[in-house]
Amino acid sequence: MGKNSVLVFVEQNNKKIADVSLELICKASRLAEQLKVSVEAVTLGHDMKSELQVLGHYGCDNVYYIDDKRLAYFTSVPYAKTIANIIKKYQPQIVLFGATTMGRDVAPRVASQLKCGLTADCTDLKIGNYEFAGKVWENILLQIRPAFGGNIVATIVSPESVPSMATVREGVMKMSAPDKSRTVNIIEEKCELSKDDFLTEVLKVVREQRKVNLKAAKIIVAAGMGVTTQESLVLVKQLAKVLGAEVGCSRPVIDAGLLEHERQIGQTGTTVRPNLYIACGISGQIQHLVGMSEANRIIAINSDPNAPIFKVAHYGIVGDLNDVIPKMIKAYKAKV
Amino acid sequence: MSLKIVVLVKQVPDTKNVTSDAMTPDGIVNRAVLPAIINPEDLNALEEALKIKESIGAIITVVTLGPPAAVKVLKECLYRGADDVILVTDQKFAASDTLATSYALKCAIERIGDYDLIFCGRQAIDGDTAQVGPQIAEKLNINQLTCVSEVVTADNTSIAVRKAIEGGYEVVRSKFPVLITVTADANEPRSPSARQVMVYKNITTRCAASNDAYMHPDLKVCSHIKEWHFDDIKADPKSCGLSGSATKVKNIESVVLAARNIRQVSNDEISISNLVNELVAEHILG
Repeated sequence: MGKNSVLVFVEQNNKKIADVSLELICKASRLAEQLKVSVEAVTLGHDMKSELQVLGHYGCDNVYYIDDKRLAYFTSVPYAKTIANIIKKYQPQIVLFGATTMGRDVAPRVASQLKCGLTADCTDLKIGNYEFAGKVWENILLQIRPAFGGNIVATIVSPESVPSMATVREGVMKMSAPDKSRTVNIIEEKCELSKDDFLTEVLKVVREQRKVNLKAAKIIVAAGMGVTTQESLVLVKQLAKVLGAEVGCSRPVIDAGLLEHERQIGQTGTTVRPNLYIACGISGQIQHLVGMSEANRIIAINSDPNAPIFKVAHYGIVGDLNDVIPKMIKAYKAKV
Repeated sequence: MSLKIVVLVKQVPDTKNVTSDAMTPDGIVNRAVLPAIINPEDLNALEEALKIKESIGAIITVVTLGPPAAVKVLKECLYRGADDVILVTDQKFAASDTLATSYALKCAIERIGDYDLIFCGRQAIDGDTAQVGPQIAEKLNINQLTCVSEVVTADNTSIAVRKAIEGGYEVVRSKFPVLITVTADANEPRSPSARQVMVYKNITTRCAASNDAYMHPDLKVCSHIKEWHFDDIKADPKSCGLSGSATKVKNIESVVLAARNIRQVSNDEISISNLVNELVAEHILG
């Protein structure tokens, strides 16, 4: 128990543990194995002890559980203070958060309180050494994320502050198969908050059924910067409809206001691993590629034969998507 | 009594026009080669502050941390209705990560002293971290509401907002002081007013003496852009710039994509039809 572990903030909504938290437990298990330390979790909620066993199935050894009626629902200050207290008490060397609205709200607050480094939206995490000015830090967390400008990936470290903290989007880390015989040790911790910490009054909560489920889609037809007009967007949607696929896109399409944010694929959107990915007019910036390059098959349609997307594609069609997509629709309708 | 609102803005490189020399070999953003704009969501934050000013009355002070050239974004805020603008600039703040940035801004806000609301954009387009807002709130020991898409009501003591959560939204209320981060879907930011542009286009900066207490403007015309340096905000050098940054860039790699064994498919009906038929036969399609 305790010191030097890899700790995951496990978030819950209505007592249901978020998928991204389980994905992070799986990743934490792999990191902890390398470091030969334990995998731990911290969960805040109310009356949900029975929900915690699932953490063990994915590789968690100990979960620090803070039960309080006032923690049933997320608010910034109480959650940040409680997580920081657990970190101070048990001194993990690594802390991981899902890059959800909750994780992105609370993680920076915790990092600020502990004065430790935090890297947002990591696309990979590794253990390695860092050398600087004749000093070597061994076996620390390498936080890998695409950096801005060109196809560049940066490796970030926080050598002098403990713990190293990172946020990771849902879907980036793969979930391993659960081992239902594995158990987790639940350690109940006292809630050490005062009335003055509860500064946010929750008046109303509305959760809508997810309209877009890219992660579960078998086939995705994705639009990129080449889809600049409503007409070509209609074509992309038509192809998706005919194939029974979900529509996704790269960031420029969101920035242009052509599609909803839930459809964005890539570092700051969703990471997908569909059976088939059809990239229409997507150039292939690294921020996009990290979110789709593990698709089983990739068809790239682009008028620029040098577009980087062709480097990750299995099939490349050089041509105007307005011209290629109708041919695909016609061919598919003729076959099926 | 008007509310006192601080709006935090950032000058960012226009990431829609990024070139490959956008980053130096040490992994630091090469701002010199990129066109600079005001971070888009910071305009949404300013707009929410302006709406409150128009409905119940407020004095808006805009703060930016950046190089001297960042006065450009402060002028953009004056053109839209900000009452006072402050440039926090010093070489000692260069190469700050989010921790050091939030520390410097916290020191500047402490010099302002008295405030009810702090507005900032949810995240900046050059890093997308969304960290500086919450980190400032923590350092000031005040509440925070992030990802806000609408101010539902505001009065003289509290604010109620609609904010995004996974798969939905919530409506929450907080008493002042509170820091709020605003998303792009909150509003359509106004354009600069031609009249304000005339008033402020030649405004100059002036260094304020370190020991002068900050006075909120009295809603007259802002006479100059205040310029605050390291010594003016009583910052601790250990918490600023590179030494105040917990994160270091270990290395930057160009991604060399290992080309797959790609199959070129000609853009003609027969080739595309063959591809579709193959994928159907493999049960990847259909």
